[in-house]
Amino acid sequence: MSGEFFHTAQMFIAGVLMIGGVFFVLAGAIGVIRMPDFYTRMHAAGVTDTLGAELILLGLIVQAGFSQTSIKLVFIAFFLFLTSPTATHAVVGAAWQSGLKPKLGKYKAPAPGERKPKPKPKAKRKAPAKTAKKAQAAKKPKAKT
Amino acid sequence: MIRSALILLVLLGAYWLALSGYLDNPVLLTVGAISVVLVVAMVMRMEIMDTETAPYFHGKSLGYFAWMFVQITKSNVEVVKAILSPDMEISPTMTKVPMPHSTDIGRVTFANSITLTPGTVAIEMQDDTILVHALLTSMTDQKAFAEMGERAAWAVSDPMSGNNIQHEGGK
Repeated sequence: MSGEFFHTAQMFIAGVLMIGGVFFVLAGAIGVIRMPDFYTRMHAAGVTDTLGAELILLGLIVQAGFSQTSIKLVFIAFFLFLTSPTATHAVVGAAWQSGLKPKLGKYKAPAPGERKPKPKPKAKRKAPAKTAKKAQAAKKPKAKT
Repeated sequence: MIRSALILLVLLGAYWLALSGYLDNPVLLTVGAISVVLVVAMVMRMEIMDTETAPYFHGKSLGYFAWMFVQITKSNVEVVKAILSPDMEISPTMTKVPMPHSTDIGRVTFANSITLTPGTVAIEMQDDTILVHALLTSMTDQKAFAEMGERAAWAVSDPMSGNNIQHEGGK
């Protein structure tokens, strides 16, 4: 009876951890789509790399119990801690070295009606001012110390 | 050197046993032991034996991992909040973080820790600074970076004397 209870509790905890991991992976994917430029997208991808993958692995470890499988999963979780920042740094470093400038300053997502497929000519007059502002922001990518 | 070799020997043996799981097959155990000794002999002959080749855990690095996990969870929640809010108000910032670490492993641990926490990515390592891109301006708190640097140095026993950078390791 108590063994059965323990097993149920183990599976419940494993399920909760894995659902949490899936939530973070999903949030990371949404972030990659929503973010405005390459560097900010890497931050969203980092969510998937760290808490998403680690929570799913933690859930699998709990589900496997104390066995050889869980030891291997611990190794995978540990190596992920070392490899994912290295890969992120390699990609971002390559972008930086090839001269991609990050968008800096404040950014706000456009409201749903703001990006219509074909704006009227009157609305176009507003657009150049906005792009000029954006270009100005892009012109000073130097680090703020 | 001998100490590192012994640590590597024990670690590789434990690693082989953990991954294979054969504890009662004399033939496979013998072959495993031979391969472990062969690898250690090759590492010694290549003269790349040092603290980086034989990474071993002690209480310090486990403590650092626990602390890192809390930091990662915190910044993950911040980034996910920014992603899922309808306005998505973000303020990407570039900043330079001083890096007073003197050993290679200390520098790598610090830079990797910055990249591992979502919201901050180490872009480029200069002599004694790291160029960091942050998603929110509130994430570029110099005190938080300094604390992380101190803890990283403590975890890998780095003396943190920034001026004399000793490059150790496979050369």
